[in-house]
Amino acid sequence: MTATTLASPTLAAPTLGHKGAGLFAATLTIAGRAVKKALRTPQLIVAGTLQGLMFLIIFRYVFGGAISQTGTMSYVDFVVPGFVATTVLFSGMGSAIAIAEDLHEGIIDRLRSLPAPSLAIICGRVLGDMALTTWSLTVTTAIGFAVGFRVHSGVAQALLAFVLCVVFGFALSWLFVALGFVAGSPQAAQSTAFLVFPFTFVSSAFVPVSTMPSWMQGFAAHQPVTEMVNSVRILTEGPAAQAVLGHSVGAYLPWATVWALLIVLICAPFSIARLRRG
Amino acid sequence: MPALIEALGLQKHFGKTTALAGIDLALPEGKITAILGPNGAGKTTLVRAVATLIRPDAGRLLVLGHDSVRESMAVRRLIGLAGQSAAVEPAMTGRENLAMVARLYGARRIAARAAADQVLSQLGLDDAADRLVRTYSGGMRRRLDLGASLVGSPRLLLLDEPTSGLDPRSRIELWDAIRVLGAAGTDVVLTTQYLDEADQLAARIVIIDQGRVIAEGTPGELKSEAGTDRVELRTRDGEGLALAAATLAGFGDAAPEIDVATHRFSVATSDGPRSLAIAATRLNDAGVEIEDLTLRRPTLDEVFLSLTGHAATAEPAEKPTKRRKGESK
Repeated sequence: MTATTLASPTLAAPTLGHKGAGLFAATLTIAGRAVKKALRTPQLIVAGTLQGLMFLIIFRYVFGGAISQTGTMSYVDFVVPGFVATTVLFSGMGSAIAIAEDLHEGIIDRLRSLPAPSLAIICGRVLGDMALTTWSLTVTTAIGFAVGFRVHSGVAQALLAFVLCVVFGFALSWLFVALGFVAGSPQAAQSTAFLVFPFTFVSSAFVPVSTMPSWMQGFAAHQPVTEMVNSVRILTEGPAAQAVLGHSVGAYLPWATVWALLIVLICAPFSIARLRRG
Repeated sequence: MPALIEALGLQKHFGKTTALAGIDLALPEGKITAILGPNGAGKTTLVRAVATLIRPDAGRLLVLGHDSVRESMAVRRLIGLAGQSAAVEPAMTGRENLAMVARLYGARRIAARAAADQVLSQLGLDDAADRLVRTYSGGMRRRLDLGASLVGSPRLLLLDEPTSGLDPRSRIELWDAIRVLGAAGTDVVLTTQYLDEADQLAARIVIIDQGRVIAEGTPGELKSEAGTDRVELRTRDGEGLALAAATLAGFGDAAPEIDVATHRFSVATSDGPRSLAIAATRLNDAGVEIEDLTLRRPTLDEVFLSLTGHAATAEPAEKPTKRRKGESK
């Protein structure tokens, strides 16, 4: 701890190869850190899970009784796909904050000064987010089943719906990384909530879009969250959901895919450019 | 042998702010160098350019012979960087933090762990190695941060204001660690706005102000450039002061400064230690009772003032407070 310890003659610096890590190894290392951080901050996981649980209970049991526009579908079957799909938005907010924190604390600078591809800093973040998002999706799906949600299509389609949520989570992770770079400080990154809330609620996630005023429907019916939620809804609930929504999955799934692709194509180059600019 | 850092007309602008206005510099290997300057002088920008984090707008920058832009990966293999804040992950242990950095230098798992352990014991953090960093004190975090910059055994260690925000005790501990590294053969370039820090640690000082190098040399050279030595004395009372002033009338190079309130007498001299002996003899012969008699060399504060026309600690009025965020925009 003091100068005497430091001055010991065995002080030769450790020698590493200096070759630098490859993209794959570096990405895994950085993703590992993101996952460790989440696991060791259990209050975040607990708070996130409780918040989701509360949301679902409120919608299922408090508002659910009054929402009677879901046709032959029970409200719980209508709302759980929306609830699960929008989980990815809430877990994405954490990644915007994490990137902003890393920028603010100089961790991005430290990582960029190391002989590893800087691309790994973002890829590692996204990969770590994927792991965490998949976990959140699993938990919210389990909660959904616990409050009475049932799949009325088939196992394969339900699994496809789950994979679709993971893919959407992947795309949004790039969006939130980009937002983290734009925000620059953790406090500013908190305000991504102002983006998350309208996209979550002005969508078909919790109520049918047809019940909204017409000026709102234009946005609500075509924004990415709705395309995504409706795809998941039809994939898990089959004909009943199709009857309520008035279209087949073919009307939503292609758009959901296009949106996901578009988000990645815009946000990935932007984030990489911001990272390299320093 | 290539210079440690060689800069030619290095410029960097952030919007309307000029961070580097044309830095020319050639630092030789084998010394601890301090880059000294007030807030907003461009110290951090210079270090970030050396660390390949920003691309200069104009000019050339070579680090151990490698171009910082075209051969950035080669530069990164040779440097270790510790910034102004402790850039370590609070939710990991000290050992995990260092092993992660070692992994990014390309070490395999076992080698990374060994390198981490070695640095931890080097910095006296063995006991805390398996504790989460969020339980560390501020001083320990900064030491771990220094460790993270060392774990890749860099040829050149870049420390950006390594002791800012530390309490005096942690500051001295970090100084010791830096001195030992310098003595063990690691080249160290550190920035500081504390003159005493540069004076304590560095064999070579580069003073920059408003994005330019305004002076360069050893602490001794800079001090003798800036002005003359002064003989200073203090007496017990005003009577003694008057007697001392009368005895030393005509002594020194200029009119003395006399401070009646604190009973101090001070005069510039170019004779160095000899003048101190002469003054002491005259005062003794005249029977003047004095409390203190010293030969004082100019402080770096005075050097700075004479070079820039403003004090080192004052912020230049025309520039915003320098923070990493402000600079990166």
